[in-house]
Amino acid sequence: MWWARLLNVISGLLGNGVAASTTSYESIATVTVGSPQSAITFSSIPSTYKHLQIRGIARSTRAASGSYVKIQANSDTGNNYANHGLYGTGSAAGAYAVTTTDHAGEAYITASSDLASTFGISVWDILDYTNTSKYKTVRALTGADVNGTNGQVRFASGVWLSTSAITTVTLTDGNGANFDQYSTFALYGIKG
Amino acid sequence: MAAGSTYTPIATATASGSQPTITFSSISGSYTDLVLIYSAKDGTAGAEGNILISFNSDSGSNYSWTNLYGNGSAAGSTRLTNQTSIYAYCAGNTSSLEAGTFQVMNYSNTTTYKSTLNRGNVASTAVVARAGLWRSTSAITRMDLTSSSGNFASGSTFTLYGIQAA
Repeated sequence: MWWARLLNVISGLLGNGVAASTTSYESIATVTVGSPQSAITFSSIPSTYKHLQIRGIARSTRAASGSYVKIQANSDTGNNYANHGLYGTGSAAGAYAVTTTDHAGEAYITASSDLASTFGISVWDILDYTNTSKYKTVRALTGADVNGTNGQVRFASGVWLSTSAITTVTLTDGNGANFDQYSTFALYGIKG
Repeated sequence: MAAGSTYTPIATATASGSQPTITFSSISGSYTDLVLIYSAKDGTAGAEGNILISFNSDSGSNYSWTNLYGNGSAAGSTRLTNQTSIYAYCAGNTSSLEAGTFQVMNYSNTTTYKSTLNRGNVASTAVVARAGLWRSTSAITRMDLTSSSGNFASGSTFTLYGIQAA
């Protein structure tokens, strides 16, 4: 249906996610946490797509309110990344920038001190991930509301300073805690 | 890794100009996420409006949301707790139809509360992102979209997609 595809394109142009048509968006893999675990890895990612999207819900075992998911490519844990964010806490807006760091982006999630059964959610776009002539950029719309004073909504972006094609993506808790039970991340491929 | 085509249109509604509410009912539980893409304005006097979204006919004070906005001169953030719906940003009656998205993640699981993300815009006024919460572990089978004032403008469109994870 032409109008549905037009709406998808509009959505992509507005920054809500890479525009998808109903025939070009494919599910690649999903990981759901059964018992708390420190990392979620998507490996052997096929190179047959133009862009990747990761959609997920997550809660941290951190003994505090809130945490964040950090994203790394090809098991590179060096300080080869930078990222920016714009966020709202419910009472104020703020921004951050991090350079020479070990991850490309920070998605907000809930943690152990937050309202039970609440999870942070995020939609990540990893653009032109197989291109070997430019650095790789990611962006995310992410956040969590917990019906109280904590919680956050955030735009996040980042760069991996490498021209290598991405074949592996690793997600970890930025505070070194684990992803709690029922956290789920799904990887999708978008054709060009 | 398994791969399969997804991002499937479930239903579309186009407002006639006399409807305060659009309903998507009998939503299949066979997807992982829901994505609502809208091009809409409501009957609110002024540039800005809101789509009041509730699930499964729950009219209790079980909803909340956190708002981030930029209006051309400042960025700010607000929050509303214990509400009877989640607000998705759209145009008011002095604006053109404005597009936005509303995402509901893991909508059919019965172990977590349901979290949402909204991106909305009114070109003359603001750009907005919102994280929402429905405090229920019930699987979502129905979404009601209600104009915050009056009716949705004629030609407003609402398309619901399902995304199925591998």
